[in-house]
Amino acid sequence: MATSAQRASQLTIADLKGKVDPDWCPGCGDFGVLAAVQKALVELRIPTHNVVTISGIGCSSNFPGYINTYGMHTLHGRALAVATGLKLANHELTVLVTGGDGDGFGIGGNHFVHSMRRNVDLLYIVMDNQIYGLTTGQTSPTSRIGMKTKSMPFGNIEAPVNPISLALAAGATFVARGFSGEQKHLTELIKQGILHQGFSFLDVFSPCVTYNHDNTYQWFRPRVKKLEEDSVYDAADWTGAMEKSLLWGDEIPIGKFFERTDVPTLHGAEPVLNEGALVHRDPRVPPDVARSFVEELM
Amino acid sequence: MKPTFAIGIAGAAGQGVATPGDIFAKIFSRRGLNLNAYNAYQSIIRGGHTFLTIRTGAEKITSMGDRIDLLIPLNQDSMDRHLRLLTAGAACIYNADTIQPGAAAAGVQLCPLPVSKLADITRNKVAQNTLAIGAGLHMMGIGFPALEQVLQEQFKKKGETMVVENIGVARAGYDYAAAHFTAFVNPLPKTENRYAILSGNIAMAMGGAAAGVKFYCAYPMSPSTGVLHWMAAHARKAGIMVRQVEDEIGVINMTIGAAHAGVRAMCATSGGGFALMSEGLGMSAMIETPVVVINCQRAGPSTGVPTKTEQGDLWQMLGAAFGDYPRVIAAPLDIGDCFQLIPEMFNIVDRFQCPGLVLCDLLLSEGRLSVDPKELDFGPAIDRGELITSNGTSSGVATDGDYKRYRITESGISPRAIPGVPGHVHTVATDEHQEDGILISDEFTDPTKRRAMMEKRMRKMVGIEAAVPRPVLSGRPDAGVTLIGWGSTKGVIEEACEILCEQGITANQLQIRWLVPLHGEAILEILQSSRHTIIVENNYSGQFARYLRSETSFVPNGHIRKYDGEPFMPHHIVEAVKEQLAGKTKLSVPAHEIMV
Repeated sequence: MATSAQRASQLTIADLKGKVDPDWCPGCGDFGVLAAVQKALVELRIPTHNVVTISGIGCSSNFPGYINTYGMHTLHGRALAVATGLKLANHELTVLVTGGDGDGFGIGGNHFVHSMRRNVDLLYIVMDNQIYGLTTGQTSPTSRIGMKTKSMPFGNIEAPVNPISLALAAGATFVARGFSGEQKHLTELIKQGILHQGFSFLDVFSPCVTYNHDNTYQWFRPRVKKLEEDSVYDAADWTGAMEKSLLWGDEIPIGKFFERTDVPTLHGAEPVLNEGALVHRDPRVPPDVARSFVEELM
Repeated sequence: MKPTFAIGIAGAAGQGVATPGDIFAKIFSRRGLNLNAYNAYQSIIRGGHTFLTIRTGAEKITSMGDRIDLLIPLNQDSMDRHLRLLTAGAACIYNADTIQPGAAAAGVQLCPLPVSKLADITRNKVAQNTLAIGAGLHMMGIGFPALEQVLQEQFKKKGETMVVENIGVARAGYDYAAAHFTAFVNPLPKTENRYAILSGNIAMAMGGAAAGVKFYCAYPMSPSTGVLHWMAAHARKAGIMVRQVEDEIGVINMTIGAAHAGVRAMCATSGGGFALMSEGLGMSAMIETPVVVINCQRAGPSTGVPTKTEQGDLWQMLGAAFGDYPRVIAAPLDIGDCFQLIPEMFNIVDRFQCPGLVLCDLLLSEGRLSVDPKELDFGPAIDRGELITSNGTSSGVATDGDYKRYRITESGISPRAIPGVPGHVHTVATDEHQEDGILISDEFTDPTKRRAMMEKRMRKMVGIEAAVPRPVLSGRPDAGVTLIGWGSTKGVIEEACEILCEQGITANQLQIRWLVPLHGEAILEILQSSRHTIIVENNYSGQFARYLRSETSFVPNGHIRKYDGEPFMPHHIVEAVKEQLAGKTKLSVPAHEIMV
């Protein structure tokens, strides 16, 4: 998504520190995502009051409380819908949506698909740990087949959703994957996602050290391969991105899968917003227009 | 009884029932007449049966009435269903080529039109409709030029040939009636008044625009979709962002997001969609972001009867979302009130930062009424409440640490800063939180703070109650019977009271507009001096009666209820009151005689 035109003259990590410290388990992947978001905002020098961080419900959805921007900690699965309304009412704000895989791909799956096809101008970061954490360890939409959890003690028999393929199919204009264990790389992806004009989707492997004993840091580390290090990979090629998105196993690509910049954003496509953000407008309908509305009925 | 004239046009969907209705409505309106239109229809695009009633007169028309003066059946089925409704003095105009009349009551004039002789039916598929309009107009004593002008406007887009042809057909019908049919005893009056004709849905949409709504979104659902249609068609002129959303869960959440950014935001749905919005309403209350949600009730439960009216969602509204939270619920009393209620509701929810629910129903949403254009005031008072939209006020520039979004105050209202304002950065949460927004739900639970926040939010109800007007009794205070209704039944109860008075039974009316807060004590005070009380409502279980009892312990003498999908007609109430006063029953459920 696009940045606010206004840049803060000076911004430090300390400015972005929330009022309380995260209550995540020690070692949780979400710490890395929080640090990377703070770093990205500092590097882009976006004033804290022009950023709104919006989340749903879950461990990772506690995120807005841990960062000093405007924040909304909304309902389970609904963050993208809330964010869409907020962005359309004031498109001058930089909108970050944060949440987990259950929140985004399970209960919020419908809004996920539709927000992407609408090309709402925001960055959506999913802290994907392939498990429900806050409810103490149940199967999530990204849990792999065979994974044993409290809700599927004999192993998951349902195929997981592939967030990258889904995002590509639904029309997201920026699709990327990061790994909480790769801070610099992740920070770069967040910056690109913020700067992209349109819907930026960033799925982040954010291991759950308490409930997911399959997909750990140790499991991911040798498998993740940065697309940026592949000299022939072209992130403008949708078909190539779709092919790459299917890779899973010994090699799991991370990085920017896809970006296109030729699709108008939702707020950019709506002429009602040509005269500026709605929140700054006079609420009154001009008298001549009001008169014409009544005369139509006579 | 004030003199009125009612036309019933009946046919299959797709046969063109709406066009003659529009033409008559325009002609009546231009004669300075009031009108009230109600369309009984079905959830079908082609076929089925549609029955449009247009009632007109010089004075305000408050209901569809009891009588049809002119019936225009467009097919045999319509003739078979409705001819039996006509009584002495009424007339029925029909296509003699295709429709057999059947037995009519004494004094009913049958007016067969030899359609194939009067018009070229191979060229004009709706010739029978146009002929009937011409014939009817002559019988009402209205000069042909009024029709000629409306037809010109109607067919202008289709070219001069179409205009000339249709005027010719209408003229043939007009002249045929002059030669063969007897005109109605009283020609339609004419006044100098000018009215706007609109549905409740249009009224609520316009009311939103007048209130300064800048964001509207919806998922299509009968009978609320008309609000979306008006909003979408007028969005660019009015500067309103209008979106169609993937579902009603998305609708309420998007509305809250927009409201949170600082604009007035509204959405509308029917009972099923409202059920999906329930969790979102709790969020609006918890994060204290005001929104207005309209529920256009239809006959439930579940998919129910999508094109029929009911007042069956009161308890859904009262109980929507879990937990206790401040909410406001009001039911508009008529179509003009659909407009006026919206700015009023916005002022209250903006001041008290909570959700406001408008409980409309199909009868008002899709009915049409003539309204004095002065009632459609686009300059109503706008009170945004304690909203902080910029930093640096007389009290100096705030810094992030100082601002407490949920500051505990005596009124329960905490000044609300919108995102983008420097010095007021904060996070709102659906989790319970303390004054600065920090959660007290997970790590730092605290019973004392939780209690304080609950009491802060709920204290707002005290202010809301003071801001909402008390209900008033209309009619003679010493009347023999008091009819109690809420929302859309205002007009029909009013008319029933008039009829009862004419028949020697004095009746007055207590119509409730604000449902929450209810002003229970004021209601009790009024009803204390009532001699016989009857609650009239469009549902099975007496939802309002049960609510009133739960709030005040008041038990009425009787109930009149209807839940067949069709609205009350005045005689339903009149006859029920009489049987109850005679001690025959305490619960009357009038049967709807019109088969629609």
